[in-house]
Amino acid sequence: MRITQGQFSFLPDLTDDEIRRQCAYAIDQGWAVAVEFTDDPHPRNTYWEMWGIPMFDLKDAAGVLLEVNACRKSHPDKYVKVVAFDSRKGFESIRMCFIVNRPKDEPGFDLARTELRGRNVGYAIRPYAAVRPAGQRYG
Amino acid sequence: MNKPMGRRITDLTQRFKSGVLPYRQMGYWDPDYAPKDSDILAVFRITPQDGVDPEEAAAAVAGESSTATWTVVWTDRLTDYPHYQAKAYRLDPVPGTPGQYFAYIAYDLDLFEEGSIANLTASIIGNVFGFKPLKALRLEDMRVPPHYLKTFQGPATGIVVERERLNCFGRPLLGATMKPKLGLSGRNYGRVVYEALKGGLDFTKDDENINSQPFMYWRDRFLYCMEGVNKAVAQTGEIKGHYLNVTAATMEDMYERAEFARDLGSVIIMIDLVIGYTAIQSMAKWARRNSLILHLHRAGHSTYTRQKSHGISFRVIAKWMRMAGVDHIHAGTVVGKLEGDPNVIRGIYDTCRETHVRQNLEHGIFFDQPWASLNKLMPVASGGIHAGQMHQLVSYLGEDVVLQFGGGTIGHPMGIEAGAAANRVALEAIIKARNEGQDIWHDGPQILANAAKTCTPLRAALDTWKDVTFDYASTDSVDFVPTATAAG
Repeated sequence: MRITQGQFSFLPDLTDDEIRRQCAYAIDQGWAVAVEFTDDPHPRNTYWEMWGIPMFDLKDAAGVLLEVNACRKSHPDKYVKVVAFDSRKGFESIRMCFIVNRPKDEPGFDLARTELRGRNVGYAIRPYAAVRPAGQRYG
Repeated sequence: MNKPMGRRITDLTQRFKSGVLPYRQMGYWDPDYAPKDSDILAVFRITPQDGVDPEEAAAAVAGESSTATWTVVWTDRLTDYPHYQAKAYRLDPVPGTPGQYFAYIAYDLDLFEEGSIANLTASIIGNVFGFKPLKALRLEDMRVPPHYLKTFQGPATGIVVERERLNCFGRPLLGATMKPKLGLSGRNYGRVVYEALKGGLDFTKDDENINSQPFMYWRDRFLYCMEGVNKAVAQTGEIKGHYLNVTAATMEDMYERAEFARDLGSVIIMIDLVIGYTAIQSMAKWARRNSLILHLHRAGHSTYTRQKSHGISFRVIAKWMRMAGVDHIHAGTVVGKLEGDPNVIRGIYDTCRETHVRQNLEHGIFFDQPWASLNKLMPVASGGIHAGQMHQLVSYLGEDVVLQFGGGTIGHPMGIEAGAAANRVALEAIIKARNEGQDIWHDGPQILANAAKTCTPLRAALDTWKDVTFDYASTDSVDFVPTATAAG
């Protein structure tokens, strides 16, 4: 399966130039771009590992691409995403988020049901990859 | 335009002589009044009966929406009555519409109970709308000062936190209302939910009139919908939700349904505008306490928002609902099947989403409205929209909006999942192009056609609905520019 988190997962994977153009848009808006990675793609895994802190003072999107590629080189079989942070009042949150690297094989998620009283069902979702310890997932 | 005879009578013996006195002379018309920062301001469109002086009509609206009755009462003299009297302080003819006037009225903060839409509206839209000397009356806009705003909770979740909870940033959210609206069994209904969410939507939605009917009782609906939601989450790795409509006959029933939705793990519940302002505020407080997003369907509003001469502008309803504390509100599409002049819609969206809305008569915004850090309210565009309009929708409505394609998902010739995927691909392609600096308004059709080269469902959607537009003149438009109609 293909995990479809992020802004552009339904499109063909972005090329380096397309990644750079999206980062340039974020920088033009005054947002700080960051790179994050993980081997646990659970939809509620909020805190991916940070590939350094957000690049607050960066003016050139080519610099982001350098970091994206360095992160992809170190973690070729993990998920890598670009995140843009807006510090303006009224937002102070993430404004962009898109995946730029994914494992070759994405096994997806197990959906476990626990039957409860009154036909109620408790649901738990677990990435198949996360059954293995961190560091031994994906290849 | 001041007529000395039309002003407050200062001789108290004359002022309180038994009998009937013009509202102007009772003190409800005061063109010299300078509104205080803490006053609640309202602007009404008034259409006086033939022969009724417009200043007197404005004064009557001020009077009837605050302290007055039809005759002089001596008991006013037991109070500091000028303090409690609303004051009509300005009267402008409506441009290009003889016989109609914009009347500006100021209300002191003390006239209203804190945090109560019911109390606010009982005055502002109470008896006064049936007042005989007026042919028609419409509440066009209000300025609610921070002093009063801060007594309201505001949206339970707000746009920023909703996005953080959903892990969805940088693009409009996508939804679909389940169709047919009525008649599906719970099991069949959950199928539609599953297919649409698996295909790429973020949300599916109950329609306004789905409650607990013989063909599908509410508990079955909730169980099957959540099965569909959770299966789709597992298939995509994305957080998804179904607006479980908890609208019911009593508050007790609504709380029971909301609690069940919460216990099943739903991220969102839904109510209808017809449950009433107090019930809406109760559900907003419940949603804040229980960390659920609260969707509001505006069922019923067109009975009083659509005609320009009489009723309430929807921008006022949107303002009240942001105060009342809902997180989503249906606010128009411009291009779809339901009423929506582009300038009016812009004013409504600004009212929902901005932290400080500036006066803009061309958008129907009569007053500056600071929002005092009340959360932002997510507008929802729903009704007769399809993937081929994606560039127009993003251009008109921006990014913080839920685009809801009901027929435009479920009516897709290749099925529901394909319909959802077509919408998602169209949206991502348009957002990507916009960020790259392309002119999506003009090049949108080409951008969509290019995206369709690698997405057969999008090609099919574009072919199926290519000629579908709803290009009718709007009945509710703004008065300060030539009326624009929806682009095709």
